[in-house]
Amino acid sequence: MSTEDTPKDYSESPINLEYFYTAGSATTRFLNQVKEGNIVGQGCPKCKAVYVPPRGSCPRCGVATDIEVPLTDKGCIESFTVVHIPIPGNPIVPPYVCAMIRLDGANISFLHLIQDVDIENIRIGMRIQAVWKPKEEWTHSLENIKWFAPIDEPDVDVATLRFQES
Amino acid sequence: MKRVAIVGYAQHPILKNAGALNEVELIMPVVHQLFNDLGISQKDIDFTCSGSCDYLQGAAFAFVEGLSAIQTNPPIKESHVEMDAAWAMYESMLKIQMGDAETALIYGFGKSSPGDLDAIISLQMDPYYISPLWPDRVSLAALQARVLLDQNVITSEQMLASVIEARANSKNNKNALITDLIDEADYLKNEMVSSPLNKLDCPPISDGSSAMIIASEEKAYEFTDHPIWIEGIDHRIESSNLGSRNLATSDTLQASMNQLNLKNIKFDVAELHTQFSHELPFLKSLLNLQDVPTNLSGGPLVGNVMMCAGLDAIGKTYESLKDNQFTHGLAHATSGPCLQHNMLVHLETQK
Repeated sequence: MSTEDTPKDYSESPINLEYFYTAGSATTRFLNQVKEGNIVGQGCPKCKAVYVPPRGSCPRCGVATDIEVPLTDKGCIESFTVVHIPIPGNPIVPPYVCAMIRLDGANISFLHLIQDVDIENIRIGMRIQAVWKPKEEWTHSLENIKWFAPIDEPDVDVATLRFQES
Repeated sequence: MKRVAIVGYAQHPILKNAGALNEVELIMPVVHQLFNDLGISQKDIDFTCSGSCDYLQGAAFAFVEGLSAIQTNPPIKESHVEMDAAWAMYESMLKIQMGDAETALIYGFGKSSPGDLDAIISLQMDPYYISPLWPDRVSLAALQARVLLDQNVITSEQMLASVIEARANSKNNKNALITDLIDEADYLKNEMVSSPLNKLDCPPISDGSSAMIIASEEKAYEFTDHPIWIEGIDHRIESSNLGSRNLATSDTLQASMNQLNLKNIKFDVAELHTQFSHELPFLKSLLNLQDVPTNLSGGPLVGNVMMCAGLDAIGKTYESLKDNQFTHGLAHATSGPCLQHNMLVHLETQK
């Protein structure tokens, strides 16, 4: 029994759950290609939208994205933010840039880093290309791409990237 | 009350471990099958409601991802319950009663294989006094089984019979996970998981999904010539404080039976969401189903998809009425520890 005089006014009950996470069969196909240095999106058989990374279905149509669509590692910045606040455990030193990357031929964007450029020069619509890790470090992850870096091509008007229903 | 009917139901084969298939990949086939069977599409659905548990996936708002299995363009009206999809069906029923919808798609999904189900389910308990003790679902069920045995509400022979019958009935269910027959000797060979429950008294860890479509009287006949009517539906919950409940009976189930006027109805079939062997004889006695063929699908003991098994009880009752030209069916869904929260659904074939 406790001999404390003051009543306890709180107690901690930490929760820790462990899961065996599976990516899904569509994302598994995608990650197997990423391990080989290829970016293969998946297309909707109905509306033809191309998803990268694919999650297994077209959320517009509710059908499986069973069309494999090989893509390049080039695209543009759809949106970005400059991170000034250090995140515990994150090895990247602020300030750095996170951007939504829209690959050419894809209809959705994904989050990745932008480097090799002065932060004040980064803008929406800027053309970029993946900078890959050495091949021997490739694994089942988009971290095979170290970051995206600007390339010498004219900017894109992102408004033109809006999905057009066919 | 507006008359509402079940017009279709589909169930994914229950899997021990769906492996690489994610939740969306489990949901899509059943929804597509249902639409194909009825010759309709999402455009014919006024309201969509799902039941699932984010803790099973271990991701906040995981249920939103589930919507990727549904056609959401043009935009749809939808909702979700963090409960068994039987309650998604209840919400859909209300939506139709309110005149906000004539048709509803309900789906439930759950993968229990990726996580530790015992730990996950203990988080549904009262977070101050019970969850921090991490009581596992089998021990909680065992608590009630012990009370029922000690007070002679049920016998251990009845528990054994539940297990043997469930296996035998699994032949009626093409989606059952466990189909091998057992005898008393096999049963007694198993060690206790939590006395008085041994491994075979408990449901298998299961992955899967199910979907159902309900419709108002005006719409039901557009979808099918054989709608099965939801004659009555009622659900009630007991205290979250286990110590204040009488585990040997259920006043709330009694109240539901009275509300639905079940006393004088001769049921042809019943499907009960009885996850543990002792729950079957207990509920059969409470619900006066002693002479009614019950859990002809094998029930949760041969496949227990979390967040689906309650909807499956309703779906299996629907199938049973439709396939056998029965008149009255009773379905039961439950949630919470020791049958805390129960729903009864009285289904009836058109006279």
